[in-house]
Amino acid sequence: MGKPPKKRSLADKVRKTKTSTQIKNNPFEVKINRKKFDVLGQKSKHDVGLPGVSRSKAINKRKNTLLKEFRLKNKANKFVDRRFGEYDTKMAPEDKILKRFTMERQRSQTKKDLYNLNEEEELTHYGQSLAEMEKMTDMVDSDSDSEEKGLLSAELTAAHFGGGGLLRMKTGEDGDYEEKPRSRQEIIEELILKSKQEKRERQTQKEESQELTEKLDQEWRSVQSLLAHKTPKSERKDEPDKPKMDDYDVMVRELGFEMKARPSEKLKTPEEVAREERERLQKLEADRLRRMLGEESTSKKPSHMSADDLNDGFILDTDDRKTLSYQDGQWNVDGGEEEEGEKNEEDEDDGGEEENEEGDGGDDDDDADDDEDAEDEDDHSDLDSEQGSGAEDEEGDEDKEEEAAPAKAALSEEERRAVQQAAKEELPYTFKAPESFSDLKELLLGHSVEQQRLIVERIQKCNHPSLAVGNKAKLEKLFGFLLEYVGKLATQSPPELSTINTLIPQVYSLCQLFPASACKVMQTLLSDGGHSMEEAVEVKGRAAFPGLDMLIYLKIAALLFPTSDFRHPVTTPAFLYISQALTKCPVSSLESVSAGLVLCCLAVEFVSLSKRFIPELINFLLGLLHLAVPADTCKDYCVVSPFRQQGKASKLLLLCDTESSSSWSRKPIPLTSVHRVTASTDLQRDHHRLSVLDACLDLVKRCATLYRDLPSYDQIFQPIRTLLTNHLPVQSYPPALQELQREILEAIPETPSQHSPLVFDKKKPIALKMLQPKIVEVLDYGKKRGNTKEEKERERLKHKYKKEFKGALRELRKDTRFLAQAKLSDIMSRDAERKRKVKELYGSLATQEGEWKALKRKKRK
Amino acid sequence: MSSFCKPSDRAEHLPLWSSSVMSKCHKCVYIGLSLIPVLETDLKKCFLISVGDRDADEKYHIFVRHRYNDCVELLLENTSHEVFQVKEAALCTLMKFAAAEGKHPLQKQEWSEHFNFPIELILAVVRCLLSETEDMALLISRFQEFLEMDDVRYYVMSSIRDNIAKIMDKNKQFVNPFENCLDLKHGMTLSSYFHRLIQEHRRAFEQMWLTFLKYKLPGGMYKKVLVILHDTIMPHMSDPTLMIDFLTAAYDVGGAVSLLALNGLFVLIHKHNLDYPDFYKKLYNLLDPSVFHVKYKARFFHLANIFLSSSHLPVYLVAAFVKRLSRLALTAPPTALLIVLPFVYNLIRRHPSCRVLIHRPSAADELCSDPYLMDEEDPTKCHALESSLWELQTLQKHYNPDVSKAAKAINEPLSRQEQDISELLELNNFELMERDLKSQVQSVPLEFDPASGLLQSTREVLGVHFSLE
Repeated sequence: MGKPPKKRSLADKVRKTKTSTQIKNNPFEVKINRKKFDVLGQKSKHDVGLPGVSRSKAINKRKNTLLKEFRLKNKANKFVDRRFGEYDTKMAPEDKILKRFTMERQRSQTKKDLYNLNEEEELTHYGQSLAEMEKMTDMVDSDSDSEEKGLLSAELTAAHFGGGGLLRMKTGEDGDYEEKPRSRQEIIEELILKSKQEKRERQTQKEESQELTEKLDQEWRSVQSLLAHKTPKSERKDEPDKPKMDDYDVMVRELGFEMKARPSEKLKTPEEVAREERERLQKLEADRLRRMLGEESTSKKPSHMSADDLNDGFILDTDDRKTLSYQDGQWNVDGGEEEEGEKNEEDEDDGGEEENEEGDGGDDDDDADDDEDAEDEDDHSDLDSEQGSGAEDEEGDEDKEEEAAPAKAALSEEERRAVQQAAKEELPYTFKAPESFSDLKELLLGHSVEQQRLIVERIQKCNHPSLAVGNKAKLEKLFGFLLEYVGKLATQSPPELSTINTLIPQVYSLCQLFPASACKVMQTLLSDGGHSMEEAVEVKGRAAFPGLDMLIYLKIAALLFPTSDFRHPVTTPAFLYISQALTKCPVSSLESVSAGLVLCCLAVEFVSLSKRFIPELINFLLGLLHLAVPADTCKDYCVVSPFRQQGKASKLLLLCDTESSSSWSRKPIPLTSVHRVTASTDLQRDHHRLSVLDACLDLVKRCATLYRDLPSYDQIFQPIRTLLTNHLPVQSYPPALQELQREILEAIPETPSQHSPLVFDKKKPIALKMLQPKIVEVLDYGKKRGNTKEEKERERLKHKYKKEFKGALRELRKDTRFLAQAKLSDIMSRDAERKRKVKELYGSLATQEGEWKALKRKKRK
Repeated sequence: MSSFCKPSDRAEHLPLWSSSVMSKCHKCVYIGLSLIPVLETDLKKCFLISVGDRDADEKYHIFVRHRYNDCVELLLENTSHEVFQVKEAALCTLMKFAAAEGKHPLQKQEWSEHFNFPIELILAVVRCLLSETEDMALLISRFQEFLEMDDVRYYVMSSIRDNIAKIMDKNKQFVNPFENCLDLKHGMTLSSYFHRLIQEHRRAFEQMWLTFLKYKLPGGMYKKVLVILHDTIMPHMSDPTLMIDFLTAAYDVGGAVSLLALNGLFVLIHKHNLDYPDFYKKLYNLLDPSVFHVKYKARFFHLANIFLSSSHLPVYLVAAFVKRLSRLALTAPPTALLIVLPFVYNLIRRHPSCRVLIHRPSAADELCSDPYLMDEEDPTKCHALESSLWELQTLQKHYNPDVSKAAKAINEPLSRQEQDISELLELNNFELMERDLKSQVQSVPLEFDPASGLLQSTREVLGVHFSLE
């Protein structure tokens, strides 16, 4: 039974003594795996096997791992090697030894250095020995004292504390000086003596050197005083003469620095440029791709392209700033705008000739025409080159208005600002992220507009996702709550739109941080709105116009997400919502007119880049204009869904008094008119109507320019044209409106435009069938089923799994076999031992017996 | 004797009870229910007794009979009570009375043994139901269950017919009687036993409807009748062709009413060989922008699809329809566009000679203005065949991606297979919205233009005309 392992171990021994080449050359070790087929160019790993070697390897491995474990089985005690770095495989053995050594030394240091005579640790500081440094400063005496102390310590202990064994030993030493067993003591004595001598020598050396250095110092001082007179002069000279003095150095440094600096600068700018370029291109590419997905491949829209181009080029600068620092970026932007505003103000103050048209128009009512001209110019420039200019001007105007009040305040009382600052500082700097909408409301309510913005900003900063794990979810929730808050602000009885306005940057930055969740929130808002409207339509056949909150959500959606996309998870439903509202909500009051007009503005804004066609928008504008037509029946055009050709609300925008148009001046309609039109008198109502008509006509004009390229342009605008030319009482309107009407009529040609008839796109000719071989990528050789890449991959993985499974099974079997052998050999050895012992006992008993018998026999004899 | 006293006592006190509504209601029911056994057992007897000799028992019977009549009157009054429970209870009790009377007729009837239906009572109930002042819809829906019985239904029908004339003549301005009338009749048709109607029933039914439809109906009523006409009324009439006058009149009204009349007309044309001159011309003229906005657009397109499915229609007609629909599509909302575009494509597929509308290679380079005349009423003279569908090309720029995609189909030759528009018909705006809301998107593109304020974007339009305040 015990034979084969023995044999194997013998073989192992033999094998261990042999080198690998010897083994490989030994025909008894080598097993050649027969190949069924010879494949050209195939490299096979397994044509030669060394079963003996691999078996012995496996057994060794098991001995080291499995057998150890087996031996330790059911044993609570464990041997743990606590030497330093014993289980650290990463450390090199030399390192281990070194570390151990140092640790040992340290341990010995911590103990009292009582008997440590010879070895003195030298403490260093910056590579210089501390002792020497001390010597430099301190007097020699102190040092010697310390040394004496150190020296005396042994003797002192002996003297003062009775010495114990040591003293006795010494006495003993003295007594038996030449005896051999005492030789060791003797040696120690000698050693002590030697060390003392050495120390003394060293001390004297040190003293000498000390003296020498002191001497040197003194000498140096005398010399230094001489030098000291010169050095200041030289320094003074140096300052002006630096270029002279350091010419070479400067040259070298300059060269060195320049060589370093230049490439860095040069590298930086192209990098930035490249990054900008790349980002711009990526965006353009993405946009285009998305549009191409649905639209015609012949994207001949130059306007589109150019608009995008300009935008991107223009905006990305600011965008970069944003991404670098969200919060600060906005601060920067605000600052920039303020600056602009200030500039504008300054301009006005200085001359105001250029600015008259733009700036004063808002304030003074007389310059309505000029103002209009200016705006028109803006519009054209809009279309021609950039939208930026127009928008900026508007922003500028608004800024001016906004600036005006604070500026006055600031001029009058700067203390107030200080007080405000103080009040701001009173706000806590950290805020917990709100867990629910009511939390947020509690946080924000009762604070001023600016404070609310600060609070939100701080919440956002305190809970930046990079700071803690859960912050992302918190901020994602915050976005939803903020929007809810915005909705609440908008539905309040006096809507706090300025607060919403200041919160917009926060909303925007949050959205930039978490686009997916922002999209979700926006979608739920839209779907709720759409669903409620659809329900109302199904029950009553009509629905009320969406409230101010919904209008503001739509506007925010346009601010946060691109409206020019062919398909977008937020803006496409937003479009549909607007369309639904424009077709299903009957216009019955001036409030609903305002709401409808806001929706129209949003619709125009949505498509201003993409120039997509919105039939509902045109219908609604036509309907709105129809409300201002005095004649009852107009047969030559017809209005659709929310409007009726005639009815009780069909003269909603008809002026009560034509005289009121003379006192009208163009000014923006307050958004609150969606909820309630504040005008009480007929005159005010008429003014409101005129403002609405003005906005309406302007929108028509914008549409007319937007849709100029559509093939059915004439058919689309024909009803509006007939209404404007024949039915609208333009004569009673102020000149600004008349001008607008004229421009629209100029924009819409009377004679229909000409088009070539439709033809199918030319198809690519279908390629002939190629007879080239089909090349299939082969990942693994061998029999593999599956046609597609995924299937093949699957098959390969399956195969691999099977192989691994089998291997594991085999290994497990081998393990059990090995264990069984180990157990068996244990039992065998135990049995053998027992047998041996029994034999021994028998033997001893037999000899005892024999001796006893022999004694007996002797006695007998 | 004492056993009879109890109910009669209560009947005596009947007019005195008027305390609370609910108690009244409950009492009504209670009394009704307690009277029924009395009816069953005793009322029968009281008619057997001749008028001459009146003993105490007789007197009692006469007394009970009077109380019964009082009770019926009171219940009839209560059917117009303001609380629905009272109404309902009253109606149920009345009907129970009717059932009881049927079993135990109040009059002797040697002359006709099989005919013992309480006509007067039913007549009175129907008159109450056709109230001129109130909306009885709920009560009528409760009344449905009684209409399941053939005899009740028959007499109700005939009594309605008798009543209609009176009601219609009296008040033309009120809607309520019409509503009630319609509800009642509608309820009639809903009963599941209608399939085994005998000829008499059919005739009564037909008579009822024809007398009803003779009168000038208000607009809403017109639509309601037309909505149910084709599938609930016409199949049950003995001679549906009698509806021709009504339907043609409705078809000439125009607008939504015409659209609805189409359905009935279709049934007549299809099943009863009606020959309608200029049907297609009228259909053509029905197409105006409102077609896409009315509630019945699904029904209309369903029918139009059927009408235009014939392959024997002349090309000019189909082309006129196609062109007109696509012209009107310029004002349509996306839900309608998603119906119209496949509809138009289907028409072109069915009539391959219409393909010139989207593919005219012969004159590819010649510029021309649209020769189609939108205002021309006659489809033969509108020059649709010489035109092209530039409108669809316009719609390729539509804001809705689905519409835009659908409109792009004209860039390539259309596939052979017709598109099934039936599932598109009921599409509403919210469903369209949900397509985008529900779809899972990995990345959400964002506006890269930073927003600094509500009305401060680079392409601001809203801020030009509106201000925050």
